[in-house]
Amino acid sequence: MATTTAPTSSHRAEAHQQVKHRPDRNYRRRQRWGWLFVAPFALIFLTFLVLPLVFAFRMSLFTSTLATGDRFVGFANYAKAFTDPLFLDGLLTVAKFGLIMIPAQMIVALIAALVLDNLATWASKFSRLMIFIPYAVPVVIGALMWGFLYSPRFGPASTLFALFGAEAPNFLAQDSIFGSLVNIVTWQWAGYYMIIIYAALRGIDPGIYEAAVLDGASDRQIATRIKVPMISSSLVMVVIFALIGTLQFFTEPQVLRGVAQGAIPTDYTPNMYAFSLAFSYSQFNYASAISFALGIVVFVFSFFFLFLTRKQSGLK
Amino acid sequence: MALVTDTLDSQQGGRGRSAASRTRARSGGPRIGSHIFLLILVIYFITPIWWLTVASTKDTAGLFGGSGGPLWFDDEFHFVDNVQGLFDRQNGIYWRWLGNSFLYAISGGVGATVLAVLAGYGFAKYRFRGRGAFFGILLGAVMVPLTALVIPTFVLLSEVGLVNTIWAVILPSLLSPFGVYLMRVFAQEAVPDELLDAARIDGAGELRTFFTIALPLLRPAIVTVLLLSVVGTWNNFFLPLAVLSDPLLLPVTVGLNGWTALSNAGSGGEALWNLITTGAFISIIPLIIAFLSLQKYWQGGLSLGSLK
Repeated sequence: MATTTAPTSSHRAEAHQQVKHRPDRNYRRRQRWGWLFVAPFALIFLTFLVLPLVFAFRMSLFTSTLATGDRFVGFANYAKAFTDPLFLDGLLTVAKFGLIMIPAQMIVALIAALVLDNLATWASKFSRLMIFIPYAVPVVIGALMWGFLYSPRFGPASTLFALFGAEAPNFLAQDSIFGSLVNIVTWQWAGYYMIIIYAALRGIDPGIYEAAVLDGASDRQIATRIKVPMISSSLVMVVIFALIGTLQFFTEPQVLRGVAQGAIPTDYTPNMYAFSLAFSYSQFNYASAISFALGIVVFVFSFFFLFLTRKQSGLK
Repeated sequence: MALVTDTLDSQQGGRGRSAASRTRARSGGPRIGSHIFLLILVIYFITPIWWLTVASTKDTAGLFGGSGGPLWFDDEFHFVDNVQGLFDRQNGIYWRWLGNSFLYAISGGVGATVLAVLAGYGFAKYRFRGRGAFFGILLGAVMVPLTALVIPTFVLLSEVGLVNTIWAVILPSLLSPFGVYLMRVFAQEAVPDELLDAARIDGAGELRTFFTIALPLLRPAIVTVLLLSVVGTWNNFFLPLAVLSDPLLLPVTVGLNGWTALSNAGSGGEALWNLITTGAFISIIPLIIAFLSLQKYWQGGLSLGSLK
């Protein structure tokens, strides 16, 4: 994502090399080695990315019926998808998740990283590891675990709420499932994002803070006026990860579906919709159209976000 | 790349100490508020794992209301019985699932890393025809959600008869555009052209130059990409769920999810809850150990992605 950002030195080196090596036949011959190094990856890239994409696109242009076999329908599947209330509802759901979940993850990760950066005690080192640990838990296991924790039958919620004399809400009911899912995702990923942000904070030259302290800056001012702007490229990166992840939301709701009986329909998110179309109803053509449409939406959103933040991210 | 080495150095203590003295100079003591905030965070992040640890020592009755409550051990300790149960259930299929997860994660992770190292180095250090165009496409591919590829990949694999084989999981896992991107950015800075030229002048071929000069310099990035792709494959749920139906081939995540679905359906009184919690507990141990023991690699390495 940041090829254009390391240009000066490498361009100069390149120019230098060309001047130096232009008459050198060996140089030209040597550059072909580049293809040899890239070839194994290129093969996988073609087979498992380009080919499926082309294939999905082709499939999405057909419709399959038992009587007549495959029939070319052009963009009819896309017209159907973008007027299909189930798909549009799914998109709306992931958009809502994006609006709540990405800021939630970012705030937890950023504040934790800022606090950790200010402390250098064994306690902060230990906390850093503990906050990160959920990343080591497979998403499915994380979702299963939270399913248990939310469950009125197994979970500690009723005990904890009873301490305060209150009755635990049903986390798996239809109107609370949204928040329950936001919580799972935040729990799972905030630590990972925190580490990325923390590492970026550690990369700032501490001399800058000393100057700010001399000028009378408070900790909070240092955090908001110096630290956050200086790590903006890491923040953009983290938001992109979270955005791509959120729009293809699948595992957590799919796993919780079993526990939260009735609260999560099979078409809750676009990915779940495509999955059930393909594997429950064998509508592979329409499922491909949904997948492809979702891929485009994710791509456009990420691209648009990168464009909006090109100044902060250091990409021009 | 200076960022990464700085980060590693500081974690070894260099800047940690100066930060500590700075902190003390400014506020005259440990920061109570910050520590309380951290304590709350730690409790939030660790409670589910604590719950799972406790739950893995209970039998099904204990899970529903044992003497210790949900967050503490019961008087009876059933961990060993539960592990025994995992061996008994369907001839120990759980251990087979765990083995499958290892197989997929390691072969997919190592394979993806090898491809990423070669390609990243190729992009960084050679100026071949089509390099710019291919790399541009690759950057776009980083933003393509891989789950959008699952269904077409399934159809493709079924046309060549690979569905329901281990290859259906391993081969697509080799694809890691983000790994190639990281490797290229890293190689660009960490492997100086002068060094490569020197090796060439000494008569080393391109492959030998790569193995003896470049590879050791790329080590921090290799560990990072390996870690990310192993975790990615270990975590993958959508792909194996779609391409595998033979119970003997499932990874542990899909297998346990199947048991949960079975138990939730509640038909025939399938009381697998104790096996599910114990199975889940055992399955998270390997990665947690890996992360704890490889600390010094991943902490510096994960920031690679955010390099300018």
